[in-house]
Amino acid sequence: MNWLLIYILYSILIIAPLIVAVAYLTTLERKIIGYMQLRVGPNRVGFAGMLQPIADAIKFLTKELIFPTKSNWGLFLLAPQLMFVPSFLVWSVVPFDHNWVLADIDAGLLFVFAMTSLSAYGVLISGWASNSKYAILGAMRSCAQIISYEIAMGFSLVGVVMLSKSLNLKTIVLKQSGGFWNWYCFPLLPMLVVYWICAVAETNRAPFDVAEGESELVAGFHVEYSGMLFAVFFIAEYANMIFISVLTSLLFFGGWLSPFQGIPYLELLNIPGILWLGVKSSFFVFLYLWMRASFPRYRYDQLMMLGWKQLIPISITWIPILGLMIKLGWV
Amino acid sequence: MIIVLLIIMLLVWVLWGSKVLKQYLLLDFLSGLQVTLKAFFRKKTTQHYPDEGEESPISPRFRGALALRRYENGEERCIACNLCEATCPALAITIESEPRDDGSRKTTRFDIDAFKCISCGLCQEACPVDSIVLTDEMHYSMLERGDNILTKDVLLDIGDLFESRIQKNLKEINE
Repeated sequence: MNWLLIYILYSILIIAPLIVAVAYLTTLERKIIGYMQLRVGPNRVGFAGMLQPIADAIKFLTKELIFPTKSNWGLFLLAPQLMFVPSFLVWSVVPFDHNWVLADIDAGLLFVFAMTSLSAYGVLISGWASNSKYAILGAMRSCAQIISYEIAMGFSLVGVVMLSKSLNLKTIVLKQSGGFWNWYCFPLLPMLVVYWICAVAETNRAPFDVAEGESELVAGFHVEYSGMLFAVFFIAEYANMIFISVLTSLLFFGGWLSPFQGIPYLELLNIPGILWLGVKSSFFVFLYLWMRASFPRYRYDQLMMLGWKQLIPISITWIPILGLMIKLGWV
Repeated sequence: MIIVLLIIMLLVWVLWGSKVLKQYLLLDFLSGLQVTLKAFFRKKTTQHYPDEGEESPISPRFRGALALRRYENGEERCIACNLCEATCPALAITIESEPRDDGSRKTTRFDIDAFKCISCGLCQEACPVDSIVLTDEMHYSMLERGDNILTKDVLLDIGDLFESRIQKNLKEINE
Protein backbone atom coordinates (compact mmCIF):
# COMPACT_ATOMS: atom_id res chain seq x y z
CA MET A 1 0.00 0.00 0.00
CA ASN A 2 2.90 2.27 0.75
CA TRP A 3 4.15 2.58 -2.80
CA LEU A 4 0.67 3.61 -3.93
CA LEU A 5 0.60 6.47 -1.44
CA ILE A 6 4.05 7.53 -2.53
CA TYR A 7 3.01 7.60 -6.16
CA ILE A 8 -0.08 9.64 -5.30
CA LEU A 9 2.17 12.07 -3.43
CA TYR A 10 4.51 12.30 -6.42
CA SER A 11 1.58 12.98 -8.74
CA ILE A 12 0.32 15.74 -6.47
CA LEU A 13 3.82 17.19 -6.37
CA ILE A 14 3.70 17.44 -10.16
CA ILE A 15 0.08 18.48 -10.62
CA ALA A 16 -0.22 21.13 -7.91
CA PRO A 17 2.64 23.35 -9.16
CA LEU A 18 1.43 22.75 -12.69
CA ILE A 19 -2.04 24.09 -11.93
CA VAL A 20 -0.53 27.14 -10.24
CA ALA A 21 1.72 27.64 -13.27
CA VAL A 22 -1.26 27.36 -15.61
CA ALA A 23 -3.23 29.88 -13.56
CA TYR A 24 -0.40 32.37 -13.56
CA LEU A 25 0.36 31.77 -17.22
CA THR A 26 -3.09 33.12 -18.15
CA THR A 27 -2.33 36.33 -16.28
CA LEU A 28 1.20 36.43 -17.61
CA GLU A 29 -0.14 36.13 -21.13
CA ARG A 30 -2.45 39.10 -20.66
CA LYS A 31 0.36 41.06 -19.05
CA ILE A 32 2.98 40.31 -21.70
CA ILE A 33 0.68 40.86 -24.65
CA GLY A 34 -0.51 44.05 -22.99
CA TYR A 35 3.06 45.26 -22.60
CA MET A 36 3.77 44.49 -26.25
CA GLN A 37 0.72 46.54 -27.24
CA LEU A 38 1.83 49.46 -25.01
CA ARG A 39 -0.85 48.68 -22.43
CA VAL A 40 -0.27 47.53 -18.87
CA GLY A 41 -2.61 44.55 -18.69
CA PRO A 42 -4.53 43.51 -15.56
CA ASN A 43 -3.33 45.48 -12.54
CA ARG A 44 -6.36 45.85 -10.29
CA VAL A 45 -6.52 42.62 -8.25
CA GLY A 46 -3.71 42.47 -5.74
CA PHE A 47 -0.30 44.03 -6.31
CA ALA A 48 0.14 44.60 -10.07
CA GLY A 49 -2.59 42.04 -10.77
CA MET A 50 -0.90 39.22 -8.87
CA LEU A 51 -4.20 37.83 -7.58
CA GLN A 52 -5.95 38.00 -10.96
CA PRO A 53 -5.83 34.20 -11.55
CA ILE A 54 -7.56 33.59 -8.22
CA ALA A 55 -10.29 36.05 -9.13
CA ASP A 56 -10.62 34.31 -12.51
CA ALA A 57 -10.87 30.91 -10.85
CA ILE A 58 -13.63 32.11 -8.50
CA LYS A 59 -15.48 33.58 -11.45
CA PHE A 60 -15.26 30.33 -13.42
CA LEU A 61 -16.35 28.22 -10.45
CA THR A 62 -19.40 30.33 -9.66
CA LYS A 63 -20.64 30.65 -13.24
CA GLU A 64 -23.57 28.63 -14.44
CA LEU A 65 -23.01 25.61 -16.68
CA ILE A 66 -25.19 26.03 -19.75
CA PHE A 67 -26.01 23.04 -21.93
CA PRO A 68 -27.31 23.70 -25.44
CA THR A 69 -30.78 22.12 -25.73
CA LYS A 70 -29.95 19.91 -28.69
CA SER A 71 -26.46 19.01 -27.56
CA ASN A 72 -25.40 15.47 -26.83
CA TRP A 73 -24.79 16.13 -23.17
CA GLY A 74 -22.86 12.94 -22.44
CA LEU A 75 -20.27 13.70 -25.11
CA PHE A 76 -20.54 17.37 -24.21
CA LEU A 77 -19.29 16.55 -20.71
CA LEU A 78 -16.76 14.00 -21.92
CA ALA A 79 -14.94 16.26 -24.38
CA PRO A 80 -13.27 18.66 -21.89
CA GLN A 81 -12.04 15.69 -19.88
CA LEU A 82 -10.60 14.09 -23.01
CA MET A 83 -8.56 17.27 -23.43
CA PHE A 84 -7.70 17.65 -19.77
CA VAL A 85 -6.55 14.15 -18.84
CA PRO A 86 -3.91 13.62 -21.57
CA SER A 87 -2.50 17.10 -21.03
CA PHE A 88 -1.76 16.16 -17.42
CA LEU A 89 -0.83 12.55 -18.14
CA VAL A 90 2.15 13.52 -20.33
CA TRP A 91 3.83 15.06 -17.32
CA SER A 92 4.39 11.62 -15.83
CA VAL A 93 7.35 10.91 -18.13
CA VAL A 94 9.02 14.30 -17.83
CA PRO A 95 12.40 14.13 -16.04
CA PHE A 96 12.75 17.27 -13.92
CA ASP A 97 16.17 16.35 -12.59
CA HIS A 98 18.55 13.38 -12.50
CA ASN A 99 16.18 11.17 -10.53
CA TRP A 100 13.05 13.30 -10.50
CA VAL A 101 10.87 11.37 -12.90
CA LEU A 102 7.59 9.69 -12.06
CA ALA A 103 7.57 7.04 -14.80
CA ASP A 104 10.99 6.34 -16.27
CA ILE A 105 9.68 4.36 -19.25
CA ASP A 106 11.79 3.49 -22.28
CA ALA A 107 9.22 4.62 -24.84
CA GLY A 108 8.83 8.04 -23.21
CA LEU A 109 8.89 10.02 -26.44
CA LEU A 110 6.28 7.73 -28.02
CA PHE A 111 4.10 8.12 -24.96
CA VAL A 112 4.37 11.89 -25.25
CA PHE A 113 3.34 11.63 -28.89
CA ALA A 114 0.36 9.43 -28.11
CA MET A 115 -0.87 11.72 -25.38
CA THR A 116 -0.50 14.99 -27.29
CA SER A 117 -2.35 13.48 -30.26
CA LEU A 118 -5.27 12.45 -28.06
CA SER A 119 -6.31 16.08 -27.73
CA ALA A 120 -7.65 15.84 -31.30
CA TYR A 121 -10.44 13.62 -29.98
CA GLY A 122 -11.43 16.13 -27.34
CA VAL A 123 -11.59 18.89 -29.93
CA LEU A 124 -13.59 16.84 -32.42
CA ILE A 125 -16.04 15.51 -29.83
CA SER A 126 -16.62 18.92 -28.28
CA GLY A 127 -17.34 20.39 -31.69
CA TRP A 128 -19.70 17.58 -32.59
CA ALA A 129 -21.54 17.43 -29.26
CA SER A 130 -22.16 21.18 -29.14
CA ASN A 131 -24.45 20.94 -32.19
CA SER A 132 -23.36 24.38 -33.33
CA LYS A 133 -22.06 25.54 -36.69
CA TYR A 134 -19.13 27.49 -35.33
CA ALA A 135 -18.12 24.68 -33.00
CA ILE A 136 -18.12 22.03 -35.73
CA LEU A 137 -16.18 24.29 -38.11
CA GLY A 138 -13.60 24.98 -35.43
CA ALA A 139 -13.35 21.30 -34.55
CA MET A 140 -12.87 20.22 -38.18
CA ARG A 141 -10.17 22.82 -38.74
CA SER A 142 -8.43 21.93 -35.52
CA CYS A 143 -8.45 18.21 -36.28
CA ALA A 144 -7.09 18.61 -39.79
CA GLN A 145 -4.42 20.91 -38.42
CA ILE A 146 -3.36 18.59 -35.61
CA ILE A 147 -3.20 15.58 -37.93
CA SER A 148 -1.15 17.34 -40.62
CA TYR A 149 1.30 18.96 -38.25
CA GLU A 150 1.80 15.74 -36.31
CA ILE A 151 3.64 14.30 -39.31
CA ALA A 152 6.20 17.08 -39.58
CA MET A 153 6.58 17.09 -35.80
CA GLY A 154 7.23 13.34 -35.78
CA PHE A 155 9.84 13.64 -38.52
CA SER A 156 11.59 16.45 -36.72
CA LEU A 157 11.79 14.34 -33.57
CA VAL A 158 13.28 11.46 -35.54
CA GLY A 159 16.46 13.54 -35.60
CA VAL A 160 16.58 13.57 -31.82
CA VAL A 161 16.06 9.82 -31.70
CA MET A 162 18.79 9.29 -34.33
CA LEU A 163 21.31 11.27 -32.30
CA SER A 164 20.47 9.84 -28.90
CA LYS A 165 19.57 6.31 -30.04
CA SER A 166 16.90 6.22 -27.37
CA LEU A 167 13.26 7.10 -26.78
CA ASN A 168 13.73 7.55 -23.06
CA LEU A 169 13.59 11.23 -22.24
CA LYS A 170 16.11 10.88 -19.43
CA THR A 171 18.63 9.19 -21.71
CA ILE A 172 18.06 11.83 -24.37
CA VAL A 173 18.91 14.56 -21.87
CA LEU A 174 21.92 12.73 -20.46
CA LYS A 175 23.31 12.24 -24.00
CA GLN A 176 23.50 16.02 -24.29
CA SER A 177 25.65 16.42 -21.19
CA GLY A 178 29.05 18.08 -21.28
CA GLY A 179 28.52 21.74 -22.06
CA PHE A 180 26.00 23.64 -24.13
CA TRP A 181 27.85 22.88 -27.40
CA ASN A 182 26.67 19.30 -27.01
CA TRP A 183 23.01 20.29 -27.01
CA TYR A 184 20.95 19.00 -29.91
CA CYS A 185 19.77 22.46 -30.93
CA PHE A 186 22.96 22.95 -32.96
CA PRO A 187 23.08 19.85 -35.20
CA LEU A 188 19.27 19.87 -35.37
CA LEU A 189 18.65 23.59 -35.91
CA PRO A 190 16.32 23.19 -38.94
CA MET A 191 14.55 20.38 -37.07
CA LEU A 192 14.18 22.64 -34.06
CA VAL A 193 12.55 25.37 -36.13
CA VAL A 194 10.23 22.87 -37.80
CA TYR A 195 9.46 21.28 -34.46
CA TRP A 196 8.67 24.59 -32.81
CA ILE A 197 6.36 25.73 -35.62
CA CYS A 198 4.57 22.38 -35.50
CA ALA A 199 4.30 22.53 -31.73
CA VAL A 200 2.67 25.95 -31.87
CA ALA A 201 0.22 24.62 -34.46
CA GLU A 202 -0.33 21.47 -32.44
CA THR A 203 -1.39 23.41 -29.35
CA ASN A 204 -3.68 25.65 -31.43
CA ARG A 205 -1.91 28.83 -30.46
CA ALA A 206 -1.51 32.02 -32.49
CA PRO A 207 -0.54 32.46 -35.31
CA PHE A 208 -2.00 29.00 -35.99
CA ASP A 209 -5.15 29.38 -33.90
CA VAL A 210 -7.58 28.91 -36.79
CA ALA A 211 -9.51 26.50 -34.57
CA GLU A 212 -10.40 29.33 -32.22
CA GLY A 213 -10.25 32.17 -34.71
CA GLU A 214 -12.19 34.59 -32.55
CA SER A 215 -12.77 36.98 -35.44
CA GLU A 216 -14.44 34.32 -37.62
CA LEU A 217 -15.64 31.49 -35.38
CA VAL A 218 -16.25 33.36 -32.09
CA ALA A 219 -14.28 30.79 -30.09
CA GLY A 220 -14.18 27.75 -32.35
CA PHE A 221 -14.81 24.37 -30.81
CA HIS A 222 -15.59 25.67 -27.32
CA VAL A 223 -18.18 28.35 -28.16
CA GLU A 224 -20.98 26.55 -26.37
CA TYR A 225 -19.06 25.86 -23.18
CA SER A 226 -19.44 27.99 -20.09
CA GLY A 227 -18.21 28.12 -16.54
CA MET A 228 -15.88 25.43 -15.31
CA LEU A 229 -16.19 23.26 -18.44
CA PHE A 230 -14.77 26.15 -20.44
CA ALA A 231 -12.05 26.60 -17.84
CA VAL A 232 -11.09 22.93 -18.22
CA PHE A 233 -10.43 23.52 -21.93
CA PHE A 234 -8.25 26.44 -21.04
CA ILE A 235 -6.34 24.59 -18.35
CA ALA A 236 -5.67 21.80 -20.85
CA GLU A 237 -4.50 24.26 -23.50
CA TYR A 238 -2.15 26.08 -21.16
CA ALA A 239 -0.84 22.86 -19.59
CA ASN A 240 -0.06 21.71 -23.13
CA MET A 241 1.74 24.97 -23.83
CA ILE A 242 3.91 24.57 -20.75
CA PHE A 243 4.52 20.94 -21.59
CA ILE A 244 5.65 21.69 -25.13
CA SER A 245 8.02 24.32 -23.76
CA VAL A 246 9.47 21.84 -21.27
CA LEU A 247 9.74 19.16 -23.96
CA THR A 248 11.59 21.55 -26.27
CA SER A 249 14.13 22.32 -23.59
CA LEU A 250 14.46 18.61 -22.79
CA LEU A 251 14.97 17.48 -26.38
CA PHE A 252 17.00 20.33 -27.82
CA PHE A 253 18.41 22.36 -24.94
CA GLY A 254 19.71 19.80 -22.49
CA GLY A 255 16.84 19.78 -20.02
CA TRP A 256 18.01 20.14 -16.45
CA LEU A 257 21.69 20.19 -17.46
CA SER A 258 23.65 23.31 -16.70
CA PRO A 259 25.02 25.13 -19.77
CA PHE A 260 28.25 25.72 -17.83
CA GLN A 261 29.29 22.07 -17.80
CA GLY A 262 32.91 21.72 -18.83
CA ILE A 263 33.68 25.41 -18.36
CA PRO A 264 36.23 25.91 -15.57
CA TYR A 265 35.05 27.80 -12.45
CA LEU A 266 31.53 28.35 -13.82
CA GLU A 267 30.69 24.66 -13.57
CA LEU A 268 31.32 24.82 -9.83
CA LEU A 269 28.19 26.94 -9.43
CA ASN A 270 25.70 24.74 -7.60
CA ILE A 271 22.40 25.61 -9.24
CA PRO A 272 19.72 22.92 -8.97
CA GLY A 273 18.81 21.26 -12.26
CA ILE A 274 15.11 22.01 -11.99
CA LEU A 275 15.97 25.71 -12.03
CA TRP A 276 17.80 25.34 -15.33
CA LEU A 277 14.85 23.45 -16.75
CA GLY A 278 12.55 26.19 -15.48
CA VAL A 279 14.63 28.97 -17.02
CA LYS A 280 14.89 27.19 -20.38
CA SER A 281 11.22 26.35 -20.62
CA SER A 282 10.18 29.81 -19.38
CA PHE A 283 11.88 31.24 -22.43
CA PHE A 284 9.77 29.04 -24.71
CA VAL A 285 6.59 29.90 -22.83
CA PHE A 286 7.55 33.53 -23.37
CA LEU A 287 8.18 32.79 -27.04
CA TYR A 288 4.62 31.45 -27.33
CA LEU A 289 3.20 34.70 -26.00
CA TRP A 290 5.68 36.75 -27.97
CA MET A 291 4.64 35.06 -31.20
CA ARG A 292 0.99 35.57 -30.36
CA ALA A 293 1.59 39.29 -29.88
CA SER A 294 3.59 39.58 -33.11
CA PHE A 295 1.98 37.63 -35.91
CA PRO A 296 -1.42 37.74 -37.58
CA ARG A 297 -3.36 34.49 -37.95
CA TYR A 298 -2.59 32.23 -40.90
CA ARG A 299 -5.34 31.71 -43.42
CA TYR A 300 -6.51 28.11 -43.37
CA ASP A 301 -5.21 27.10 -46.81
CA GLN A 302 -1.87 28.81 -46.13
CA LEU A 303 -1.66 26.82 -42.93
CA MET A 304 -2.14 23.53 -44.76
CA MET A 305 0.29 24.63 -47.47
CA LEU A 306 2.94 25.45 -44.88
CA GLY A 307 2.48 22.13 -43.13
CA TRP A 308 2.51 19.84 -46.14
CA LYS A 309 4.67 21.69 -48.68
CA GLN A 310 7.30 23.32 -46.47
CA LEU A 311 7.70 21.75 -43.06
CA ILE A 312 7.42 18.08 -44.02
CA PRO A 313 9.93 18.35 -46.94
CA ILE A 314 12.39 20.27 -44.74
CA SER A 315 12.28 17.71 -41.97
CA ILE A 316 12.49 14.78 -44.40
CA THR A 317 15.50 16.30 -46.17
CA TRP A 318 17.33 16.91 -42.93
CA ILE A 319 17.09 13.25 -41.86
CA PRO A 320 19.52 11.89 -44.55
CA ILE A 321 21.80 14.90 -44.05
CA LEU A 322 21.84 14.13 -40.35
CA GLY A 323 22.55 10.47 -41.10
CA LEU A 324 25.48 11.53 -43.23
CA MET A 325 26.72 13.81 -40.48
CA ILE A 326 26.53 10.98 -37.96
CA LYS A 327 28.29 8.62 -40.39
CA LEU A 328 31.12 11.10 -40.94
CA GLY A 329 31.33 11.66 -37.20
CA TRP A 330 30.60 15.40 -37.26
CA VAL A 331 28.07 15.23 -34.46
CA MET B 1 29.13 22.47 -39.32
CA ILE B 2 25.71 23.99 -39.14
CA ILE B 3 27.27 27.42 -38.66
CA VAL B 4 29.34 26.97 -41.83
CA LEU B 5 26.19 25.99 -43.71
CA LEU B 6 24.37 29.03 -42.37
CA ILE B 7 27.22 31.30 -43.40
CA ILE B 8 27.19 29.82 -46.90
CA MET B 9 23.42 30.36 -47.10
CA LEU B 10 23.82 33.94 -45.84
CA LEU B 11 26.51 34.55 -48.47
CA VAL B 12 24.22 33.20 -51.15
CA TRP B 13 21.53 35.52 -49.92
CA VAL B 14 23.82 38.53 -49.86
CA LEU B 15 25.13 37.74 -53.35
CA TRP B 16 21.86 36.99 -55.07
CA GLY B 17 19.29 38.50 -52.72
CA SER B 18 17.31 35.31 -52.79
CA LYS B 19 13.73 35.83 -51.72
CA VAL B 20 13.22 32.12 -51.08
CA LEU B 21 16.23 31.87 -48.80
CA LYS B 22 15.08 34.92 -46.88
CA GLN B 23 11.80 33.14 -46.40
CA TYR B 24 13.44 29.94 -45.16
CA LEU B 25 15.74 31.73 -42.72
CA LEU B 26 12.60 33.30 -41.18
CA LEU B 27 14.14 36.77 -41.39
CA ASP B 28 10.76 38.46 -41.73
CA PHE B 29 9.55 36.60 -38.68
CA LEU B 30 12.57 37.68 -36.68
CA SER B 31 12.08 41.31 -37.62
CA GLY B 32 8.45 40.98 -36.59
CA LEU B 33 9.48 39.61 -33.22
CA GLN B 34 11.96 42.44 -32.88
CA VAL B 35 9.22 45.05 -33.27
CA THR B 36 7.14 43.58 -30.45
CA LEU B 37 10.18 43.13 -28.23
CA LYS B 38 11.01 46.82 -28.61
CA ALA B 39 7.43 47.70 -27.74
CA PHE B 40 7.66 45.45 -24.68
CA PHE B 41 10.25 47.76 -23.10
CA ARG B 42 8.79 51.05 -24.29
CA LYS B 43 6.87 53.38 -21.98
CA LYS B 44 3.21 52.41 -21.71
CA THR B 45 0.62 54.89 -22.89
CA THR B 46 -2.20 53.78 -20.58
CA GLN B 47 -3.83 56.51 -18.51
CA HIS B 48 -4.74 54.93 -15.18
CA TYR B 49 -8.06 56.70 -15.08
CA PRO B 50 -9.47 56.55 -11.55
CA ASP B 51 -5.97 56.92 -10.07
CA GLU B 52 -4.86 59.72 -12.36
CA GLY B 53 -6.34 61.89 -15.05
CA GLU B 54 -9.37 63.13 -13.05
CA GLU B 55 -8.16 66.66 -13.72
CA SER B 56 -8.05 66.20 -17.49
CA PRO B 57 -10.07 68.90 -19.30
CA ILE B 58 -13.76 68.38 -20.04
CA SER B 59 -15.59 70.15 -22.85
CA PRO B 60 -18.02 72.83 -21.68
CA ARG B 61 -20.55 71.10 -23.93
CA PHE B 62 -20.14 67.78 -22.08
CA ARG B 63 -23.58 66.30 -21.41
CA GLY B 64 -23.49 64.75 -17.95
CA ALA B 65 -25.94 64.78 -15.04
CA LEU B 66 -29.27 66.61 -15.50
CA ALA B 67 -30.08 69.60 -13.30
CA LEU B 68 -32.74 72.31 -12.78
CA ARG B 69 -31.51 75.82 -12.11
CA ARG B 70 -32.71 78.71 -9.92
CA TYR B 71 -32.51 82.48 -10.27
CA GLU B 72 -30.15 84.30 -7.95
CA ASN B 73 -33.01 85.18 -5.59
CA GLY B 74 -33.71 81.47 -5.08
CA GLU B 75 -36.80 81.32 -7.31
CA GLU B 76 -36.82 78.28 -9.59
CA ARG B 77 -36.47 79.14 -13.25
CA CYS B 78 -38.87 76.59 -14.67
CA ILE B 79 -42.13 78.11 -15.92
CA ALA B 80 -43.80 74.80 -16.76
CA CYS B 81 -43.98 75.53 -20.49
CA ASN B 82 -43.68 71.76 -21.19
CA LEU B 83 -41.36 72.36 -24.18
CA CYS B 84 -38.77 69.95 -22.82
CA GLU B 85 -41.40 67.28 -22.30
CA ALA B 86 -42.59 67.78 -25.85
CA THR B 87 -39.16 67.71 -27.40
CA CYS B 88 -37.74 64.79 -25.42
CA PRO B 89 -37.21 61.97 -27.97
CA ALA B 90 -37.01 59.32 -25.26
CA LEU B 91 -40.15 60.47 -23.39
CA ALA B 92 -38.11 60.60 -20.21
CA ILE B 93 -39.66 63.81 -18.81
CA THR B 94 -43.01 63.97 -16.99
CA ILE B 95 -44.37 67.38 -15.96
CA GLU B 96 -47.48 68.37 -14.00
CA SER B 97 -48.15 72.00 -13.18
CA GLU B 98 -50.69 74.39 -11.63
CA PRO B 99 -50.74 78.11 -10.72
CA ARG B 100 -49.20 78.98 -7.41
CA ASP B 101 -50.84 81.30 -4.83
CA ASP B 102 -48.96 84.34 -6.18
CA GLY B 103 -50.35 83.63 -9.63
CA SER B 104 -47.15 82.31 -11.29
CA ARG B 105 -47.37 78.97 -13.03
CA LYS B 106 -44.94 76.46 -11.54
CA THR B 107 -44.46 72.72 -11.79
CA THR B 108 -45.80 70.47 -9.07
CA ARG B 109 -44.05 67.48 -10.51
CA PHE B 110 -40.93 67.32 -12.68
CA ASP B 111 -39.66 63.75 -13.04
CA ILE B 112 -36.90 62.58 -15.34
CA ASP B 113 -36.34 58.86 -15.76
CA ALA B 114 -32.55 58.69 -15.96
CA PHE B 115 -32.72 55.22 -17.53
CA LYS B 116 -34.83 56.52 -20.41
CA CYS B 117 -32.76 59.67 -20.83
CA ILE B 118 -30.34 59.43 -23.75
CA SER B 119 -28.43 62.59 -22.79
CA CYS B 120 -29.17 64.21 -26.16
CA GLY B 121 -29.44 67.72 -24.70
CA LEU B 122 -32.58 68.64 -26.69
CA CYS B 123 -34.39 69.68 -23.48
CA GLN B 124 -31.61 72.16 -22.78
CA GLU B 125 -31.94 73.50 -26.33
CA ALA B 126 -35.67 73.85 -26.00
CA CYS B 127 -35.78 75.52 -22.61
CA PRO B 128 -36.62 79.26 -23.00
CA VAL B 129 -35.39 80.19 -19.51
CA ASP B 130 -32.25 78.04 -19.29
CA SER B 131 -33.83 76.09 -16.48
CA ILE B 132 -33.05 72.48 -17.40
CA VAL B 133 -29.38 71.94 -18.21
CA LEU B 134 -26.95 69.09 -18.55
CA THR B 135 -23.99 69.65 -16.25
CA ASP B 136 -20.46 68.49 -16.99
CA GLU B 137 -20.56 66.14 -14.00
CA MET B 138 -19.98 62.52 -14.98
CA HIS B 139 -19.47 60.84 -11.61
CA TYR B 140 -22.94 59.78 -10.63
CA SER B 141 -24.68 56.47 -10.27
CA MET B 142 -27.94 54.89 -9.12
CA LEU B 143 -27.49 52.30 -6.42
CA GLU B 144 -31.10 51.42 -5.55
CA ARG B 145 -34.05 50.50 -7.73
CA GLY B 146 -36.19 53.63 -8.06
CA ASP B 147 -33.27 56.04 -7.78
CA ASN B 148 -33.40 56.38 -11.54
CA ILE B 149 -36.47 58.66 -11.24
CA LEU B 150 -34.94 62.08 -10.68
CA THR B 151 -37.60 64.18 -8.95
CA LYS B 152 -37.82 67.96 -8.98
CA ASP B 153 -36.14 68.28 -5.56
CA VAL B 154 -33.21 66.11 -6.61
CA LEU B 155 -32.77 68.01 -9.86
CA LEU B 156 -32.88 71.38 -8.08
CA ASP B 157 -30.32 70.12 -5.55
CA ILE B 158 -28.00 69.03 -8.38
CA GLY B 159 -28.48 72.47 -9.95
CA ASP B 160 -27.59 74.22 -6.66
CA LEU B 161 -24.53 72.02 -6.27
CA PHE B 162 -23.06 72.73 -9.71
CA GLU B 163 -24.41 76.28 -10.32
CA SER B 164 -20.96 77.85 -10.62
CA ARG B 165 -19.77 75.26 -13.12
CA ILE B 166 -23.01 75.53 -15.11
CA GLN B 167 -22.62 79.30 -15.37
CA LYS B 168 -18.98 79.00 -16.40
CA ASN B 169 -19.78 76.42 -19.09
CA LEU B 170 -22.75 78.41 -20.45
CA LYS B 171 -20.55 81.49 -20.67
CA GLU B 172 -17.88 79.54 -22.57
CA ILE B 173 -20.44 78.12 -24.98
CA ASN B 174 -21.96 81.55 -25.66
CA GLU B 175 -18.56 83.01 -26.39
